[in-house]
Amino acid sequence: MDPAFITPFIASIQNVFTTMMQLPVTIGDPRIKAEPATTFDVSGIIGMSGDVVGSVVLSFPISTAQRLVALFTGTEMKHDNPDFADAIGELTNMISGNAKGMFAGKKKVTISCPSVVVGQNHTVQRPRDIPCIVIPCSTDCGDLVIEIAIQDRSAAPTAATAAGAAAPQ
Amino acid sequence: MKIMLIDDSKTMRNIQRSVLAQLGHTTIEEACDGQDALSKVGAFQPELILVDWNMPNMNGLEFVKAFRQSNKTTPLIMVTTESEKARVIEAIKAGVNNYVIKPFTPDLLSQRINETLSRLAKAA
Repeated sequence: MDPAFITPFIASIQNVFTTMMQLPVTIGDPRIKAEPATTFDVSGIIGMSGDVVGSVVLSFPISTAQRLVALFTGTEMKHDNPDFADAIGELTNMISGNAKGMFAGKKKVTISCPSVVVGQNHTVQRPRDIPCIVIPCSTDCGDLVIEIAIQDRSAAPTAATAAGAAAPQ
Repeated sequence: MKIMLIDDSKTMRNIQRSVLAQLGHTTIEEACDGQDALSKVGAFQPELILVDWNMPNMNGLEFVKAFRQSNKTTPLIMVTTESEKARVIEAIKAGVNNYVIKPFTPDLLSQRINETLSRLAKAA
């Protein structure tokens, strides 16, 4: 993955959390993730299509997600309340949408409506050829991670040009 | 003033509703997407509309285009994560009067609402 895709997500989560919740975010060292299961039990998921394809997952422990939702909405609620999923989806939407606006090179990217999954050891399937980068984030509400598995399709060589480049002279 | 909030996120509608309440606006109708909004505008007759862009069924831009075919005057403010310049221009060409990029502070949303209404009042 192009490292230039990491910075927008770091800037975006800091912007969204400080603007909407006055909550500072400390960013840890990004790492590549091989295992398919999400890091924690609550996932806010956004798909990207167009010049950039793949998925972005905000993964939270339930306790962190509940504290963040209370701060974001002004209402305490359990994870089985439908409004809990709505709030996690909106946070994921804002972070992904804000980040895509910061992608370099005027990329045409469409983001999906968010999905939210709650449950232990669930898996978000991603294309095998797209590595997943995990960005650890720490807040006063607890830790969470952003899992980014996206690829720049506009920069990838087409099959024809790739074949041409490899053809014997 | 009658205000319509169009957003698929109830959380976002609640946040906007609370900002509007602070401004003294309490006559509010909500819609969860463009289709839902089109089915309600006739009966509600909003005097201001806040509309999200990315929504299922009918997105905000499609709603604005459809709404503007029959209503040229009711002010529309797009409230969205879509921040690229080309997107903002596309929305304004479709008939949006003002634009708020998420995330926003309550002050920014209030400011955009007030400037939209005062600009239209001066033009009237």
